[in-house]
Amino acid sequence: MYQFDYHRPANLKEAAELLTKCDEAKILAGGQTLIPTLKQRLAMPSDLIDLGALKELSFIKAEGDAIMIGAATPHADVAVNADVRKHLPSLAKLAEGIGDPAVRHKGTIGGSLANNDPSADYPAAVLALDAKIHTTKRLIEADEFFKGMFETALGEDEIITEITFPHPKRAAYVKFPNPASRYAMVGVFVAETPMGIRVAVTGAGQEGVFRVKEMEDALAKDWSADAISGIKVPAENMLSDLHGDAEYRAHLVTVIAKRAVAAAI
Amino acid sequence: MPVVTMTVNGKSVSGEVEGRTLLVNFIRDQLNLTGTHVGCDTSQCGACVVHIDGKAVKSCATLALQADGADVTTIEGLAAGGDLHPVQRAFKEHHGLQCGFCTPGMIMTAVDMIRRKPELDEKTVREELEGNLCRCTGYHNIVKAILAASEEMRA
Repeated sequence: MYQFDYHRPANLKEAAELLTKCDEAKILAGGQTLIPTLKQRLAMPSDLIDLGALKELSFIKAEGDAIMIGAATPHADVAVNADVRKHLPSLAKLAEGIGDPAVRHKGTIGGSLANNDPSADYPAAVLALDAKIHTTKRLIEADEFFKGMFETALGEDEIITEITFPHPKRAAYVKFPNPASRYAMVGVFVAETPMGIRVAVTGAGQEGVFRVKEMEDALAKDWSADAISGIKVPAENMLSDLHGDAEYRAHLVTVIAKRAVAAAI
Repeated sequence: MPVVTMTVNGKSVSGEVEGRTLLVNFIRDQLNLTGTHVGCDTSQCGACVVHIDGKAVKSCATLALQADGADVTTIEGLAAGGDLHPVQRAFKEHHGLQCGFCTPGMIMTAVDMIRRKPELDEKTVREELEGNLCRCTGYHNIVKAILAASEEMRA
């Protein structure tokens, strides 16, 4: 790792001030992606601002028809939370399948979203469930948040504070994990939300998570795996690597989307 | 340099570290507790697993300063008063190791797993071991040892 200055602010205001003041600062949430990245010298921040002391960012609340999750809530907490399991079992299952138990104890929902790894699981849930992302400055709609691989709508001095998920009528997340890394080669989150049907795909797209409108329209007419079996995403927009070429991933999107529709509860 | 203070295996310890000092390096190089291993150094193998405030984490993917004020347990802290922990004993009895390099991480992961899921079955144990690699045993005896320890601890 390159040298950096470490900060552990006591509150969100202090964290936001540090982020504005420091030259090339990065936020440290759970660190399960950032620390391995730093170890490989793939990033060289001047300062790390650790959100570990901000206990007010780690919470899960159920209010009305929504679940609110603090940005620094670890995956392990989301996976076992009774309200999440009751109203959003698809999200609990997704959280339960991220990385391994040790990663789930440290990694956070806010960290995953801010990083927007093209193979991360949470972006698919946020996009499919039409969640709202609250930051230190504003509220960002899911459709506005993801801007391409490792790119988001977040400003340089903006910190995610909370994510609000509406209760879906039914939803499911199914992923096809890479057999070695266990990252999603294709992960599909399908949801029937109060605002309509949404299908979001992670792991496959060159620009990160994306929606499949054609599948959404077909499912609106007929919620069944058969309704989307003839719909294929274009291979030219898919990732292609030694684990699977673009054509293969495009094929998998339909296969996994059908499984997700069949699994939706 | 910043000073970090934490409780490790019941004792309060502190030391000067750099911002970039990993928890595993603080434990091994400054506290001389070399039971916690660095296997892959890319946070995939789980040989470095310790408990922070009772939860299994990878000490090679945690900065020492992130654990400031925390309660840390390493493999050296499991055997209370010199008696092996039931999981340690089960690994010995069921030959849950060959070269032993992954064993500290395996055992720390197993203790955490049994805490969270007292009713373990073989499938669950295998899933829960996803973050711990063993290149010798083929996992069979590790799984047997964890199931035996979980049963003993439940009794």
